[in-house]
Amino acid sequence: MSEAGPSRGTPRVVLVDDHGLFRSGVRSELGRAVEVVGEADDVAPAIEVITSTQPDVVLLDVHLPGGGGGAVVAAIRERGLPDVRFLALSASDAPEDVIAVIRAGARGYVTKTISTTELADAIRRVASGDAVFSHRLAGFVLDAFASAATSGPDAVKPSFDPELDQLTARERDVLRLIAQGYTYKEIARELYISVKTVESHVSSVLRKLQLSSRHQLTRWAAERRLA
Amino acid sequence: MQEPTWPPNRPPEGWIDRPDRADRWATRFRRLQGTCTGEPLRRNRDDRLGGGVAAGLARWRGFNPTAVRVVIVIATLFSQGTIVPFYFMAWLLIPGSVDGAAAGSGAPEYASVWSKARHDSRGITLAVGVASVLSILLLIVGVFSAGLVQTWGWPQVVSAACLVLIWRNAPAHEQALLRRVGGALASIGPDASPRGNRLRIAGAVILLAGGIGWLVSVHESVTLLRPLGGVVLVLAGCVLLLGPWWLRIARDLVLERQARARAEERADMAARLHDSVLQTLALIQRRADDPAQVTQLARAQERELRSWLFEGQAPGSVSGAGSLAAGIRQIQQDVEARHGVPVEVVTVSDCPLDEDLAALLAAAREAVVNAAKWSGAPVIALFAEVTAEDVEVVVRDRGKGFDPLSVPADRKGLAESIHGRMSRHGGTVAVQAAVGEGVKVSLKMPRAAAARSAARE
Repeated sequence: MSEAGPSRGTPRVVLVDDHGLFRSGVRSELGRAVEVVGEADDVAPAIEVITSTQPDVVLLDVHLPGGGGGAVVAAIRERGLPDVRFLALSASDAPEDVIAVIRAGARGYVTKTISTTELADAIRRVASGDAVFSHRLAGFVLDAFASAATSGPDAVKPSFDPELDQLTARERDVLRLIAQGYTYKEIARELYISVKTVESHVSSVLRKLQLSSRHQLTRWAAERRLA
Repeated sequence: MQEPTWPPNRPPEGWIDRPDRADRWATRFRRLQGTCTGEPLRRNRDDRLGGGVAAGLARWRGFNPTAVRVVIVIATLFSQGTIVPFYFMAWLLIPGSVDGAAAGSGAPEYASVWSKARHDSRGITLAVGVASVLSILLLIVGVFSAGLVQTWGWPQVVSAACLVLIWRNAPAHEQALLRRVGGALASIGPDASPRGNRLRIAGAVILLAGGIGWLVSVHESVTLLRPLGGVVLVLAGCVLLLGPWWLRIARDLVLERQARARAEERADMAARLHDSVLQTLALIQRRADDPAQVTQLARAQERELRSWLFEGQAPGSVSGAGSLAAGIRQIQQDVEARHGVPVEVVTVSDCPLDEDLAALLAAAREAVVNAAKWSGAPVIALFAEVTAEDVEVVVRDRGKGFDPLSVPADRKGLAESIHGRMSRHGGTVAVQAAVGEGVKVSLKMPRAAAARSAARE
């Protein structure tokens, strides 16, 4: 984590969403839980606001008119602002779009139907460097890795990297429980491990998702589009 | 008239074989004459190949549509194409029928295409333009030979003009046929890709070179080719004079087509959104005082919209439940509608249903309904995962739960029905429960299909 202490206090947040109504709603609901330092409604203004304010967390809509949330994440990564973390959120999205934003570098994904307290909690967790998986994202990820694994043996590539292309049994267990709506604490109790271990499993899944050979997940997305 | 088209030894369609010869001939005669239904003459939109003229005639007089079509084709051959413009004029002038796909969209459907085309001055200009281009071409061809092309060609000048008017003015759903033809033309039009252009130019050069070479080789004396030079000059003059105008006509046609496709797409979208989203929003406004109802409406709408956007299912259509994921969605829909408790669904992979998986779904439904009725939880999680070996469904609530050691009789009964269903098909059930911590029912069913295919290999 960074040496600066913003993650200790209220996280500084930038809201990026093309619906003004949604932005003002989130702003008023989150109230004092976070400090909203900026808003943007499209890719270009978002990049500008994020670069100038350097927030802890960017609450990022998956779908933006000017190129999608992934474009914002990629642009900020290019400018070298590693301390800005992204939490993707959307009303309803195709799995491949959500996975794309995560692969671009977002630290988590929640749906817009999330309750205010849960959202504030998710922002705090992302600010402190954790990954935030909603039950839906967990389902998407299991799906992505499941089909990557089943189509793996008959199409073994020289670049096939089992380290990154497959989830461990434990990681899969954790994802399954998240998909069933368990909280980290409940998962820890269920699997007889510590909450910290659950968090590290989730972070490891996130790392695999972001680093895995592009090929497998691209093919998964292509297959989903065909289906 | 249509009698010769039937093989004499084969009775026509719908023919009732009767022993009495006279009676048979009388029936045939009646069929020949047709049976007027008393309806006015309308083009038949439901059973059409082109404009629905043949099918309309057939319905009007009670003929077999195929027979009418055959007669038209034969008449076309014998009249050397003179019938064709009449067909298009009929298309233009006879109003379309209202029943079928277009029913209920209002009075203008009765109107003929011409009633709209009359006011379309640009369309009429276009039609005249196309007719003039064709006429000039035919005149030029006529210089060389007054043969087949002339007798077949001239009536088609009228056809082409009619076709342009139909193109611009027919109701959208009548234009599928025309659009297909237009699509082929557009690929060599002014908006074509550079590759298409190169192909076209290469083809033209080869044809021109080949043609001139052929002409020179056939006529030893080049003086015979002199009249041809004049023709070329006239042709070049025509192109120079009218070329840009023709080009604009072609471009207009293409733009027209694109605009129509966009408008149609928009209309389709608007219709769907109206049927689903706007209706729901209206309902939500009227029930603003009942938060539970509003939430339920919003959730149902969200699900419908999602399935339309991402799975291509039309709103309001009941999924066929042919796959496990569809079955799970069905459970979610039913329980939310009947018990008003939101069900959060996550499915991982999918597979087609068989008997065992249907039993699994039935057991899962039982468990979800059970949770909705008894747990008091605000939300139920429903998770389904398909792997190569088995299918697992987990139903979980964070409601009041129960003590597994002192199971009330009614709940035990339900658990038994879940247990019974699963064990009969070789599946397993695990129930995890504690007072105040909710219930988790895990159902696991081995995949029969997977087992069978594994045994075969």
